[in-house]
Amino acid sequence: MSVVDTRTRLPGVLRLGLARTGYEVRTFFRERDAVVFIFAYPIIMLAIFATVFGQDGATVGPEPGIPFAQYFLPGMVATGVMLSSFQQLAISIAVERDDGGLKRLHGTPLPPAAYFLGKTGEVLATSLIQTALLLAAAALLFDVPLPTTATAWATFAWVFVLGTAAGTLAGVAFSSVPRSGKSASAVVTPVVLVLQFISGVFFVFQDLPTWMQQVASVFPLKWMAQGMRSVFLPPSAEAWEVSGSWQHGATAVVLLVWAVGALVVGIRTFRWQRRDDG
Amino acid sequence: MPDAVEVVGLRKAYGEKRAVDGLDLHVAHGEVVAILGPNGAGKTTTVEILEGYRSRDGGDVRVLGQDPQTGGRDWRSRLGIVLQTNNDLAEATVAELVHHFARFFPDPRDPDEVIAAVGLQEKVRTRARQLSGGQRRRLDVALGIVGRPELLFLDEPTTGFDPQARRSFWDLVEALADGGTTILLTTHYLEEAERLADRVLVVRDGQVVAEGTPADLGGRTARQAVVRWTQDGQTREVRTDTPTQVVVELTGTFGGEVPGLQVLRPTLEDVYLSLIDGGTS
Ligand SMILES: Nc1ncnc2c1ncn2[C@@H]1O[C@H](COP(=O)(O)OP(=O)(O)OP(=O)(O)O)[C@@H](O)[C@H]1O
Ligand SMILES: [Mg+2]
Repeated sequence: MSVVDTRTRLPGVLRLGLARTGYEVRTFFRERDAVVFIFAYPIIMLAIFATVFGQDGATVGPEPGIPFAQYFLPGMVATGVMLSSFQQLAISIAVERDDGGLKRLHGTPLPPAAYFLGKTGEVLATSLIQTALLLAAAALLFDVPLPTTATAWATFAWVFVLGTAAGTLAGVAFSSVPRSGKSASAVVTPVVLVLQFISGVFFVFQDLPTWMQQVASVFPLKWMAQGMRSVFLPPSAEAWEVSGSWQHGATAVVLLVWAVGALVVGIRTFRWQRRDDG
Repeated sequence: MPDAVEVVGLRKAYGEKRAVDGLDLHVAHGEVVAILGPNGAGKTTTVEILEGYRSRDGGDVRVLGQDPQTGGRDWRSRLGIVLQTNNDLAEATVAELVHHFARFFPDPRDPDEVIAAVGLQEKVRTRARQLSGGQRRRLDVALGIVGRPELLFLDEPTTGFDPQARRSFWDLVEALADGGTTILLTTHYLEEAERLADRVLVVRDGQVVAEGTPADLGGRTARQAVVRWTQDGQTREVRTDTPTQVVVELTGTFGGEVPGLQVLRPTLEDVYLSLIDGGTS
């Protein structure tokens, strides 16, 4: 057999990860309905909430008050990240598992790591674009002041990266929950919706019942939203938080724990084929 | 050198159903083997065990020297797989997909040549979603061969092909086989098995019920010619290895034209139907 071994070596994981990213991004942007939904949803939500609550210049929080558009922006940023990481992946991987796309890939020498790199690259690209659009809309349409200090943007960066990582890995793990591609949206969307309601995205977190706040504290969205509040709200708002602090340490820990936990669960439960196929 | 595929006593059950029940199969390097068998005979189950997709309950399996359950990237890079059913790839174009998949392999074929070989050159910019059923199937084949596999699995590759596409697919498979590719295919088209395969296996209820070259299948008796004629108002027939001799004798008996003379050779289909008729489950 040694004669045949003049074959070149297997292509590297990173190169394939890049190739996968290109492929995933390109095909993602062709699902026009999903693109519109993922990009427009946070902006539309911000518009609705800012308009409904912020009529006649109403504000929220301690004196002198925060305009509603500014108050809701951090939650919408967090929601956007959750949509383009967790929701988008949990649904799309469930669909790919159901329609045989994963099975086809698994029959090639494509390393699993390259597949996941591709998904991660796609999530990064889409959530960056989406967040940029949202921030632009907030600044231009609702006059929300964007942070000007490097510290604030550094906080934004690590909350964004950790939140995306946790959402991505949790999305991969959760993709095994829906039994079929058809049921994927129906299973995943309510989870995201409930989290949005209890995590201080649609309501002022401080106004929620204590038990709801505690439930929300188990999940990453609450922490992502809180981290983003520390970026986009004035420093005076810190004392108004339930704990009286932005809790950056706890935020980083919770998001990391979710990322690592989801990674472990994902590795153990990931399937390339439907449950009934094997 | 060991065979490309070596299977002894393969077993796989789904609940009570024994989908594969003690199946033996050998495919030599460079050989083209076709598996025939009715729906539910266990063809796909067998092939997908060899591809590493399904676990087995028993039996020894070696594919290119490896147990498919433990085959790594190197092993996969030597295989080409065309699954029976797939419904994926919707939003990417033919050209994108074939070029993309080519990158997974260490020594791929030229993607554009592969596209031309399966007859999709007019459709390079069409998204998979917009292809017709037969065109999609040809795309499946293109993705299966673009990695220049040593061993190619084709599970009912020509389902949905029009007659012309089927014929050009056969030419393609023959070219691959001439190039040394080992091929294991399943099919319901006997003509296809006859045309392509060096050896045919007939599988029923998860077991091999017959095996041989398309010409020999079913043994000599099943393959004998039948000479049929009319005598005294009745149809008469004899089975024989020497039909010409029989006709000469009949000509003598009748002193010229033999009424209602027919010389029949069983087709592969006749043999096949008699084989799978042996029991219905
Ligand atoms: N994943 C599965 N779960 C349960 N039963 C299965 C599964 N896959 C196959 N079977 C059963 O095993 C038997 C063999 O199925 P298989 O798909 O291997 O047949 P086949 O020969 O490929 O048929 P066809 O010509 O229709 O493709 C059938 O009775 C089928 O119902
Ligand atoms: Mg089958």
